[in-house]
Amino acid sequence: MDKMTFEQAVSRIDEIVKTLEKGDAPLEQSLSLFEEGTSLIKFCGKLLDTAEQKVVRLQKGPDGAPEESVFDVTE
Amino acid sequence: MPMTNKIFDVTELNEHIKALLDSDEVLNGVYVRGEISNYKLYPSGHHYFTMKDRDGSLRCVMFKGSASKLRFRPENGMKVIAFGRVAVFPRDGAYQLYVGELTPDGVGDLYVAFEQLKEKLLKEGLFDSSHKKPIPRFPATIAVITSSAGAAVRDVIRVLNARWPLSKVMILPVRVQGAEAPPEIVGAIKYANKHKVADLIITGRGGGSIEDLWAFNDERVARAIYDSVIPIISAVGHEPDVTISDFVADLRAATPSNAAELAVPDIIDMRQALMNLEIRSGQALRRELKALRQRLNDLSQKRVLQSPKNYIDDKRMLLDFQSSRLSAAASRKISLSRERYVRLAASLDAMSPLKVLGRGYAIACGPSGVIKKASDVKSGEKIKVRLQKDEISATAD
Repeated sequence: MDKMTFEQAVSRIDEIVKTLEKGDAPLEQSLSLFEEGTSLIKFCGKLLDTAEQKVVRLQKGPDGAPEESVFDVTE
Repeated sequence: MPMTNKIFDVTELNEHIKALLDSDEVLNGVYVRGEISNYKLYPSGHHYFTMKDRDGSLRCVMFKGSASKLRFRPENGMKVIAFGRVAVFPRDGAYQLYVGELTPDGVGDLYVAFEQLKEKLLKEGLFDSSHKKPIPRFPATIAVITSSAGAAVRDVIRVLNARWPLSKVMILPVRVQGAEAPPEIVGAIKYANKHKVADLIITGRGGGSIEDLWAFNDERVARAIYDSVIPIISAVGHEPDVTISDFVADLRAATPSNAAELAVPDIIDMRQALMNLEIRSGQALRRELKALRQRLNDLSQKRVLQSPKNYIDDKRMLLDFQSSRLSAAASRKISLSRERYVRLAASLDAMSPLKVLGRGYAIACGPSGVIKKASDVKSGEKIKVRLQKDEISATAD
């Protein structure tokens, strides 16, 4: 689950909630889906809480490949 | 009449004037400002017109070759700046400006060029909404193609940080005004696409005069935006006017800050959405448990579970009933069988050889078995005659 992107996690949560709301899954499956959904929601919350913006300057390197460096706003 | 003055013929004089003008450096490459009138495009492809101002006029010609570079259509009344050489046209005895370059003069004519380009690109389909790509919901990386100086880049970074710090921001610094701007902007867009550096591009600049933001009305920039595989939000801060880039882009923003708002969700809204999802899933599960509990309850009301004893008694009664039916059926079957047996036994008995013997018949046996005919026994052989209850010994004659 750690390798999931925020987008993938949110999509999966949407799926789970829709399935639970339909209510026709067997009990064991509903319980396990609920557990999975709760974990994913916690995971997304953590991503939001710990996010720190990363800003870089992109330039063409000597070999033509992209090179990142620190970005400072020039005046 | 002084005898020292030369008498020129017309051609000679014209040639003299021509040489004079040709030798003048200024006239070999001069910028002239005026208003177009008497404009006519000949089938040859050459443009003929007059440039005038309040007090004078100048005949002009722009040959097909030079005219092919025109980025707008000259029209009467347009204020223009022409660059070319002034030379004599001997046949008419007149001089004219041979125009090499023509550009609109002043803001009004920039608008004309803008309108003409807009119409051209619209007809080509560059603004078609069917071509516009959707903006990703959660862009992982956003490339910002703008000047590294100024408020625009600062605003974009700030708004992105406030709304969605999860997105990585990548600045591709370019010039955003002047003649070098369009190639740099085009270069950055193409580079970003070539190396797939981001899932979204924001390009634009802060506010400025019409001339300042002219790079974003450049045809080359428009085409680069159209060709981009990465979705582009155009943000040229100059309300209410819309630039060509704004028309071509996948999404238009009023300002760079607005672009950042359109590019990402708001973290506050997302936290709320997650909370709602959590509540909904909890509610759904509780509903399901409640429904199952109800079903269980209904089942437990049924007789078999409520009073097992009564249930068994019922079953016992049913068993008794069934077994007496079974006995009766069995008895009937046995009597029927017995009757049949007795009948069969009687007929069998009637056919018994012993009964036949009782009626006076006898069985004769000789040495070689039962005698059926006279030849079965030879004269003098011993015979046994079997009667119903006893037998007689005899000798054959």
